Amino acid sequence: MQDAALVIDSLSLSIHGKPILRNVSARIGAGETWSVIGPNGAGKSTLLKCLMRIQSGWTGQLLLQGLNIAALSQRELARRVAYVAQAGSEQGFAYTVLEVVRMGRYAWSGPFGAGHPGDGAAIESAMRRTDVQVLADRTLDTLSGGERQKVFIAAALAQGSGVLLLDEPTAFLDYRHQAEVAGILHDLNRECGATTLSVTHDVNAAMLTGGHVLALRDGEVAWSGLASQLACEDTLGRVFGATFRLLEDPVTGLRLVAPQGARNCP
Amino acid sequence: MKSCAWMYLFVPGSLAVLMAAPFIGGHGVSLEAILHPANDDPLAMIFWKIRLPRVFLAWIAGAGLAVAGMAFQAMFRNALATPFTLGVSSGASLGAAVGVRLGWRPALLGLSSVNLGAMAGAVLAIATVYGLTRLKRDCTTGAMLLAGVAVNFFFSSLILLLQYTADFYDTFRILRWLMGGLQMVGFDAPLRTLPFVLAGSLLLAALAGELNLLSVGEDLAASRGVAVVRTKTVVFLAVSCMVGVIVSICGPVGFVGLMCPHICRLIVGPDHRRLLPATLLFGGAFLVACDTVARTIFAPTELPVGIFTSLLGGPFFLWLLLQPPKSGGLTA
Repeated sequence: MQDAALVIDSLSLSIHGKPILRNVSARIGAGETWSVIGPNGAGKSTLLKCLMRIQSGWTGQLLLQGLNIAALSQRELARRVAYVAQAGSEQGFAYTVLEVVRMGRYAWSGPFGAGHPGDGAAIESAMRRTDVQVLADRTLDTLSGGERQKVFIAAALAQGSGVLLLDEPTAFLDYRHQAEVAGILHDLNRECGATTLSVTHDVNAAMLTGGHVLALRDGEVAWSGLASQLACEDTLGRVFGATFRLLEDPVTGLRLVAPQGARNCP
Repeated sequence: MKSCAWMYLFVPGSLAVLMAAPFIGGHGVSLEAILHPANDDPLAMIFWKIRLPRVFLAWIAGAGLAVAGMAFQAMFRNALATPFTLGVSSGASLGAAVGVRLGWRPALLGLSSVNLGAMAGAVLAIATVYGLTRLKRDCTTGAMLLAGVAVNFFFSSLILLLQYTADFYDTFRILRWLMGGLQMVGFDAPLRTLPFVLAGSLLLAALAGELNLLSVGEDLAASRGVAVVRTKTVVFLAVSCMVGVIVSICGPVGFVGLMCPHICRLIVGPDHRRLLPATLLFGGAFLVACDTVARTIFAPTELPVGIFTSLLGGPFFLWLLLQPPKSGGLTA
C-alpha cells in the first residue's frame, strides 16, 4: 500500500454560521492524481484553501506526509505543498515572468530576500517544464491568459514541493492551452511522481485526466472513486443535479458526457 | 540585470542633492566661510545651525515617508493606498490641533504637546486602517481608500470645529502646522527622527521577499509560505513608527509617500529588493529638493514645504488615477 501524501479526516468548516464543508474525508496516496469535481458552491476551492491554510477556522484533521498541517509553519507547509490559484485572482505591479517564478522560491529564502543554493536549478527546471523560458523578461500584464497560467504553474513548480494543489487550472483557457496544461501536469506526475489535486467543474476534464475523483456537493462528499467509474448517469445526476448523456469516444473508448441543454433535450 | 545600473545613479544622485542643498539659499555661503568661520560669522551660523540640520531632517523625513508609502502600496496592491491617503495626515493634524488647544507645556522627551498629539493622531489613524483589515479580511483596496476618504472628512471637520472655537493665536498655530514644515534650529530633530526611520526601513528591507509576494496577492503569498497576518502586523508597526515620528516633527508633508515609490517603480521595477533602497534614496533627495525650492523661490520668504509637495502631489494623484491598472493605477 502506498504512503498517503495527504489525509483529509472529517474536515468541516462554517463561515458566518453557514456550513461550507461537512465532514469531508479522503486519503490521497503519494503520486496519485486526483480531481475534485462538483457544482458551483460545493466547497471545492475552499477545500484547497483549507489544505493550504489560506482559509482558517476549520475543524477535523489534515495530515500532509504524516505531519499535522495545523502544526506546521506556513513556510514548512509551502516547502511540501504548492498551490496554483484560480486564473485572474492575482494582480499587483508589473513583475516579469522570471521575477514571478523566482518568488516561488520564497519558502527556501533567507531574510532580506537572500537566495538559496538550489534556486537557479529549480527555477530553470520549472520554466523548462512549463515552456515559459522565452517569456522570461516579459511582464505579466503583457501575457495571454494561457501564458499567465503556465507562468503561475512554473512558479508553483519552482517551490519544489511534492504535492500540487490546482484550482481550476484549465478554466478560461482555449483548447490548445488546456491541452498544454494537462500535458504539463501529466508529465509531472509520471516523471517526478508528483501528487496532484485539481479542482474542476468540468466532468470531461476529470475523466480525461484519469486517476481518482472526489465529488463534492453542498460541502459533502457525494461520490469518490476512480475516474473510469465516474461515467454513470445516476452518479453524475446526483452530484450536479442535472441530466447528462454519455457518449463514447470512438478512438479511445473513453466515455465522456454531453450536458443536456434546452436544444438537445429529448 | 539591466535595472541594477540605476542603483549607481541613485546613490551618488541622492548624496549630491544632500551635499549641495545646504549651500543653496537666500545668502550664498562659501566653503572658506564655513570651514574657517570668523568669530560670530552669521553666515556660518546659518549654515551649521539652520540649513544643515534642516537639510538632514528633510532627507530623513523624505526617505522614511517614501519607504512607508512603498510598504503600504505593496501590502494593499495599489499605488494610491499610502498612509496619507488612508487618513494619517488628517489624524496627525487633528492630534496636533488638540495639542495646540490643550497647550501643555511640560515636554516629554523634548516633545511638545503638539508633537505628541500629532504622533498619537497618526498612529491612531494607522491603527484604524489595521483594525479594518483585521475585522473585514475580504475588504477590498477600493473600500479601504473610501474609508480613508471618510476618515479624512471626519477628522477635518473636527479640526475645523477646534479652530472655530480657538482664539486667534491658536488658530494661526494650527493652520501653520497643517502646512507642514521643516523649520527648526539645531540637530535635535534630525537625530530624534533618524533611529525610527533607520529601524523601520531595516525592518521593511528584511521583509522585501514578503512584500513582493503580498503585492501579487495575499492568498498567493500564503501559498508560497508567507505568514500573512504576522507580516502585515510587522509592516503596520514599522510604518506607524516611521510616519508617527516624522509627522510629529515635520507636520503632514503630503504625497511624498505616493509619488516617490511610484516613480522609482517605473525606473527599477517592482522587485522590493531593489525598489526599497531606490525609494529610500529618491525620497530623501526629493524632499530635500522640494524644501530647497520652498526655501528659495520667494526668498527671503520661506514657504512651508508641505504646500509645495501637495502642489506637486495633487496633479500626480490625478495622473495616477488615469493610468491603466497595469502600471499601478486603481486596480481594486
